[in-house]
Amino acid sequence: MTLVNESVSRVELRKKYCRFKKNGIRYIDYKDENFLLKFINEQGKILPRRLTGTSAKYQRKVSQAVKKARHLALLPYVADNLK
Amino acid sequence: MVGYNYETVFILNPSLSEKEAKDTVQKFRDVLVQQGANVYHVEEWGVRKLAYTIQKKNTGFYALFEYSGDKNSVKILETEFRRDEKVMRFLTTVLDKFALEYNERRRRGEFNKPKETKKQEKEG
Repeated sequence: MTLVNESVSRVELRKKYCRFKKNGIRYIDYKDENFLLKFINEQGKILPRRLTGTSAKYQRKVSQAVKKARHLALLPYVADNLK
Repeated sequence: MVGYNYETVFILNPSLSEKEAKDTVQKFRDVLVQQGANVYHVEEWGVRKLAYTIQKKNTGFYALFEYSGDKNSVKILETEFRRDEKVMRFLTTVLDKFALEYNERRRRGEFNKPKETKKQEKEG
């Protein structure tokens, strides 16, 4: 019985480009939780760069924005069925 | 107005009546104005569901201030927040020029369809 890891479909989904550079987004709003939902997974954790493909500079901004949103209870710290 | 631009979001206890909540927001706004801050935008999102319970409550009255002033006005505003038990949570952020430009566009309602539309068009 071989333990086969089911491939992560997300990899094909996320094309490898930094959406902030491409769309010219300069400010990530911590109040806009619908936008931030794209950067957290079902448990409410912040997605790593290797999955979202964002550059380091904007990943830092995203994580700051998510943490502010969590503080204001716009996003949960921990969730089981977020999406 | 010389000084920095700030943005404060705070959550009031939902058990307040609509009028009380509005008075509280007005009270904090006066605190800011007394400090010589120029409150150029006030927003009330009303009672919203919280992502997790705060002080045993699942909903909260959200309000937002955008103002420019010196840092003492922020300090005094925050001591007021701490003193008032109706305020469940608050967060003040400084706004850089990109944030200011973003808020400007947000106020103009450019973000009715948020940025995802550009992304969706690409993938659509």
